[in-house]
Amino acid sequence: MVVTGLGATTPLGGDVPSTWAALLAGRSGVHALDNTWVEDYGLTVNFAGSLAVPAEQVLSRQEIRRADPSAQYALIAAREAWADAGLAAAAEGAAPLVAPEALAVVVGSGIGGVHTILNGWDTVRDKGARRLLPLTVPMLMPNSAAAQVAIDLGARAGAHAPVSACASGAEALVWGVRLIRAGLADVAVCGGTEAAIHPLTLGAFGKMQALSTRGDAPETASRPYCATRDGFVMGEGAGVLVLESLEHAAARGARVYAQVAGVGSSSDAYDVAPPDPSGQGQYRAMVAALAEAGFRGGAAGDDVPGPVVHVNAHATATPAGDPIESEAIVEALTRALGSAEAAMAVPVSGTKSMTGHLLGAAGAVESIFTVLALRDRLAPPTTNIVELDPAIRVHVVRDQPEALVFGPETGVGSGAGAGPGAGSGAGVWPGAGAIALNNAFGFGGHNMAIAFRAVS
Amino acid sequence: MALEPEAVLEGLTEIIVDETGLDPAEITLEKSFADDLDIDSLSMMTIVTLAEEKFLVEIPDEAIKQLTTVGDAVKFIAGTEGLFSVS
Repeated sequence: MVVTGLGATTPLGGDVPSTWAALLAGRSGVHALDNTWVEDYGLTVNFAGSLAVPAEQVLSRQEIRRADPSAQYALIAAREAWADAGLAAAAEGAAPLVAPEALAVVVGSGIGGVHTILNGWDTVRDKGARRLLPLTVPMLMPNSAAAQVAIDLGARAGAHAPVSACASGAEALVWGVRLIRAGLADVAVCGGTEAAIHPLTLGAFGKMQALSTRGDAPETASRPYCATRDGFVMGEGAGVLVLESLEHAAARGARVYAQVAGVGSSSDAYDVAPPDPSGQGQYRAMVAALAEAGFRGGAAGDDVPGPVVHVNAHATATPAGDPIESEAIVEALTRALGSAEAAMAVPVSGTKSMTGHLLGAAGAVESIFTVLALRDRLAPPTTNIVELDPAIRVHVVRDQPEALVFGPETGVGSGAGAGPGAGSGAGVWPGAGAIALNNAFGFGGHNMAIAFRAVS
Repeated sequence: MALEPEAVLEGLTEIIVDETGLDPAEITLEKSFADDLDIDSLSMMTIVTLAEEKFLVEIPDEAIKQLTTVGDAVKFIAGTEGLFSVS
């Protein structure tokens, strides 16, 4: 299973290359919002990471009118990923490069069509039900983005919409991998989307005391791992990855970004909002992903299927959440690598410091970052750390990108045409083997972890 | 007071163009919504809803089925006693 295409629209850029460049440069996508919500509604927070390139500049007027913003963002990201994978290249009238019946879409959202819901209610209340537009339901439903992407790409193997709050985008990848493994699709276009910056959501997250209130300095408000962190900063956007069976990718000579080495999912069964403070659910998700990647949890000195070189952490910058995940990472990597020392040396990035928290899109966008970190052998920075929280035991990549050390080339395979089967180790990819992990967790105790393996 | 047909056609054309992306020149009185302009029933309902708001008229559901062409819709809207004139 391999990643062959990437697409995104984020607070840092309208596509993957611009977003990645901004991320490596340590730029912030968070700004004060230009409105009067504080005065009008008594909001305590009026800053967020809104899209760097508004959807209106990318999509047609008709596409904007017929889709909730959450579906619009997903369309933008999916089209970029589709073209990036070389799947849009079929000539007019030629057979598609993937059979529609073998093409699935999995696109989740944390909140769904909240703008359409609220606009629709405004219309009913102010003008009466007769003024409601007939596309209101197909626009507000949480599967809208998945359906729109499936229609756009002609995907007929299935269109699925996992909903697990801030884990939705990662869960989409998890199920995309499982669909392909089960033989239900050759290619799965997977990701997450969120367009929920609104007084209702800002007010409601604020009421949970989940949001940073650092309104005097929005750009530095999102401070994962910092001793002075005070909550997350809302963002919006979408990320989409094209997952493809190795056989299918090899048959069409696709460019491969990374292998999907393993996926893990778990649920806390603890609370609808805060994570289980023991971190056991998060730990189990990571261990499951690493086990699929070949890490069996042996003693120090045992052979492992490759170094774990990087973690893109969930790291939302809430006071309670960051240390729970940090401890879970240390535990999971200790089990995988054989020693706490090795675990605490793995570079960990909290990229929400720059993007803000893209909620249901976060896991997908950050999986893109994880894949690109492997490609470029470079971990993006965690910005805005004034003073590292002493409770954080992972090795945090601060301020500047950090080169990833892959170690000796571990590959023994011959390369062309020879790829790893499901669950096989690193040996078959020449010069490959380095693993990077992405975590995403959601309100309700949804835990997702995805392990990517570098290809050379 | 009744609405001028020319003003109704102009306003209706704007709504149809927004909804469909069609070239305004395509939208003429004799064109059939379904057969010529490829407007499906949900799009037709959207156009009707927006036209009701724009022209401050009511187009009953049973009347919508009779609106085959752009000209039918213009005639219906212009022939309805609107609450206000189009400004």
